[in-house]
Amino acid sequence: MFVRRTLPLLVSAVFGVALILQFFVPHPASKNFYNMMLDWLIIVSAFTYLIAVQSTVELHFTKIKRKVEGWQYSIIVLIALFVTAFLGVFGGAFMPTTLWMKIFPSVKPSDTTPLMYTYLYMQMPMQSTIFSLLAFYMASAAFRSFRARSFDATLLLITAGIVTLGRVPLGEFIYKGLPDVVEWILKYPNMAAQRGILIGVQLGIIATSIKIILGIEGKYLGGGK
Amino acid sequence: MKFINFINNLDKRWIYLILALCIIIPFLFPVGFPMKTTPPVKSIYDFIEDSIPEGGVVLIGADYDPSTMAELHPMAKVVAAHALSNNLRVLFVTLYPQGAGMAQDVIDNVLREWNKSNPDNPKELGKDITLLAYVPGVSAVVLKMGEDILQTFNEDGYGNKLSELEVMKGIKNYNNINLMVELAGSSVVLTWLIYANGRYGLKMGIGTTAVSAAEYYSYLQSKQAIGMLGGLKGAAEYEHLLDEKKVYGGRKDASIGMDAQSSAHIFFIILIILGNIAYFVKKRKEGK
Repeated sequence: MFVRRTLPLLVSAVFGVALILQFFVPHPASKNFYNMMLDWLIIVSAFTYLIAVQSTVELHFTKIKRKVEGWQYSIIVLIALFVTAFLGVFGGAFMPTTLWMKIFPSVKPSDTTPLMYTYLYMQMPMQSTIFSLLAFYMASAAFRSFRARSFDATLLLITAGIVTLGRVPLGEFIYKGLPDVVEWILKYPNMAAQRGILIGVQLGIIATSIKIILGIEGKYLGGGK
Repeated sequence: MKFINFINNLDKRWIYLILALCIIIPFLFPVGFPMKTTPPVKSIYDFIEDSIPEGGVVLIGADYDPSTMAELHPMAKVVAAHALSNNLRVLFVTLYPQGAGMAQDVIDNVLREWNKSNPDNPKELGKDITLLAYVPGVSAVVLKMGEDILQTFNEDGYGNKLSELEVMKGIKNYNNINLMVELAGSSVVLTWLIYANGRYGLKMGIGTTAVSAAEYYSYLQSKQAIGMLGGLKGAAEYEHLLDEKKVYGGRKDASIGMDAQSSAHIFFIILIILGNIAYFVKKRKEGK
């Protein structure tokens, strides 16, 4: 209980308060402490990648072991994960490594690395294609679901129509003043609503941070056993 | 009534097909409608053009991946090319692992195109432009850069010691950066605005996807961001401005894509109108 719950809550409280105080103390010792904390944060963040890899491998390995529906795709995920990692570690991320150039004498330092090659010619087209499919779903949704069922929906529909048209040159070709109308919508009614949402979100963040520092909020530690 | 029934029973595959044609045909037969430059785009352009002295530094945040590259990649290319045309130094930084690949692609592209169109004023990697190595930690990286950029990264993305690079001469922290243009389709823009601009006063411009642009108007009004490139149109407007200078011969990806986006938007509006006509006629008929 102490190690799983009380100690993390204590660490959060002590470092939370210390970093708030540090902000108001211009002494070099306070600055050094702040810099050390940033270095620690960066180091801890790097370790999250290990957890991500472990979690991905475990999830897909379990799927393959239990032969759940679509388990074959998990094999592809694992192969892609390990091949990409191998290419990055041994082939180099931005410039081919010395080891890679020794194995393949024709490779020059200015050549595209195997990792960049997989990024440019595999990941880039695949990820762009998947995201592009959104346009087709949006077209179908616009046709089937975007209805003027109420006053609010009608208002939303008209505004969306004006902004959609005003964000392309063809809209300007139809009516010269359309981009100005769009700018006005974004600058005034939109900004007023956005600012209200932002202030609400930030107040929520401040409240949650205070609750975490004081140990009132402990859900981020997980359910525990 | 026949038409309404046809609309109501229209197979969505026809919609997909027409949309695909709306996007493909303008690429084959471009029209090139004229465009008005919006003030948020103009202010970033003007700042780089008039307010940064020769040798100044523009930091470009490539915090995006291939899913949003259609809108953000042209922005990265055109802003980097504009900075190079004014003999400014360009640093790319990324808080996303995937952003490093995007930035490297932009650097390769811009350097190749620049040196092709300006053989008498060639630009070099490490001397005029580079990519800072990817370091995990997001907000911690942004804060640490405000204290000491060399200590945050040590090396550039290509494995060279930052302290030995000419492009890094005289750069310690945000005080030595004239402008940061953050390109992202996610909330990482807020990380830069809150920590780099809010805490360290870094002058910032935003480049974001059209769908996210509406979120950042409050930061334009509060002058936390000097300007914004919103979506493909923002990039196309910037390309148009740079084109007037006639210094960069690179491919104008955003301007090329604007015709396709125009026809797709018009098709969307037609679909919404048709869908609503069918809905109201059906509702009226059922009410009788």
